[in-house]
Amino acid sequence: MEIYKPSDVVDVNKIQADFPILSREIKPGVRVVYLDSTATTQKPLQVLSVMDEYYRRSNANIHRGIHHLAEEATALFEEARIKIANFINAPAARQVIFTRNTTESINLVAQTWGRKNLHAGDLIILTEMEHHSNLVPWQMLSAELDLRLEFIPVESDGLLDLNVYRQLLEQDPKLVAFTHMSNVLGTINPAAAMTKEAQNAGAKVLIDGAQSVPHFAVDVQELAADFLVFSGHKMCGPTGVGVLYGRKELLEEMPPFLGGGDMIKRVELRSFTSNSIPQKFEAGTPAIAEAIGLGAAVDYLLDIGMGRIAEQEQVVVNYALERLAEVPGVTIYGPEAKDRGGVTTFNLNGVHAHDVAQILDGDGIAVRAGHHCAMPLHDKLGIPASTRASYYLYNSVEDVDKLIDSLYRVKKIFRI
Amino acid sequence: MDDFYREIIIDRYQNPHYQGELEPHDITFEDSNPLCGDELRIDVVLDGDERVMDAKFSGRGCAISLASADLLLESIQGKTLADVKQLGKEDVLELLGIELGPVRLKCALLSLKVLKAGAYGMTEASDELVE
Repeated sequence: MEIYKPSDVVDVNKIQADFPILSREIKPGVRVVYLDSTATTQKPLQVLSVMDEYYRRSNANIHRGIHHLAEEATALFEEARIKIANFINAPAARQVIFTRNTTESINLVAQTWGRKNLHAGDLIILTEMEHHSNLVPWQMLSAELDLRLEFIPVESDGLLDLNVYRQLLEQDPKLVAFTHMSNVLGTINPAAAMTKEAQNAGAKVLIDGAQSVPHFAVDVQELAADFLVFSGHKMCGPTGVGVLYGRKELLEEMPPFLGGGDMIKRVELRSFTSNSIPQKFEAGTPAIAEAIGLGAAVDYLLDIGMGRIAEQEQVVVNYALERLAEVPGVTIYGPEAKDRGGVTTFNLNGVHAHDVAQILDGDGIAVRAGHHCAMPLHDKLGIPASTRASYYLYNSVEDVDKLIDSLYRVKKIFRI
Repeated sequence: MDDFYREIIIDRYQNPHYQGELEPHDITFEDSNPLCGDELRIDVVLDGDERVMDAKFSGRGCAISLASADLLLESIQGKTLADVKQLGKEDVLELLGIELGPVRLKCALLSLKVLKAGAYGMTEASDELVE
């Protein structure tokens, strides 16, 4: 059956030209085909130049100095915070806390909100498809406080079993934490609905937006999330900066996380008082250039438009699913196209994921092989590892063709 | 066929000569590579002079880890335990005949790590064994 090859809905060549690394030849004549954006994304010149310019022209420490450079740096930093707040439609910029990454944001909530508000026997609802960063902090807290952790199961169609979710909600949960979009299955969970049901049951909700925020428009007010977390480096921003968004009342009553400079109002020898939000949770000199870089990434993405980015990704992932399904011996994990974002994780019979990835690498194609920081999910799927190809605004339908050609080469080398 | 996946690696991965378990055995050790789920167990039987009479590997893993296990166990047939303890990273790489980056190196060296940990009678294998 002929698969209809769709057209890209954005000018991918023009976008690719913004990303210097994408013109790199991994070996002579072989340009990199980057299909690992779920792990980290590439950065456009528009972000790189802003960070470079900051260090060349405006670098100074923020919030304290009154000299010209310090004022400029502070303004740039706080402007970035406002950009990010607008990007997720947060009610106020002070509700956007800069952290190191999603993992740190979740640990922050666990160690401050969690420690203060949870008691022995309290229930936290998670899911079987969570990334380790939304599992381990709760496991650690649970060991400290003797909590109960229960998990919404993943069904064979890659979707969460919402019937079990509703049963768990009847057990007086204090917190529900789940991924908006799975980094393995690509499943986009019905976050707004799940959040509403959780809050009706009296629980707070933390949404892991590490994969969703970069790939489609996410509105914290529409979701009514209590907490939303995500990373800069997964959305064309630099590493070293992430975000915790929280409801104002929650953030205000949470105790501080790290102690030190800037998060204080007043310090005596033996005591201190905390600063108000957001500084309360931003101890020490932050990743200033990186936060400003993340602001520039937001500008870049909005310039193209999150709607168009999401649409392009849907075109590419739909095509990828169709072409992958045609390769004999390939098993694809996760839901059908309409319920997923740009991630395709699969296995090829008779070849270990590592070997698939290695041969693809020989063709310049970058994919990820392993358990993708989701061991429990792999245990549930009954597989030790898988190969993951993920797509973002700089990937085209041509990239899918290259991936498939390379998979046929794997089959040839392994004589299958 | 491919610079990396030489014939010998595909051959030994699909048709290993030393796969299986040995009961009884004088040495046994198992370990895994958490990066990807490679798991390997090696059993060794020694003769009266502490020479390797037979050695087998079992478990699951990628072509590099399993081919290297097969080639490694082939190379130690008849060697003394003292010789086995002396084996290093370079010996494995020579058997495979390919260059590996630091991440993939762990796949290739898993069998050496397991073998030496068993030879030394350790309870836990350390990366130092394959440095």
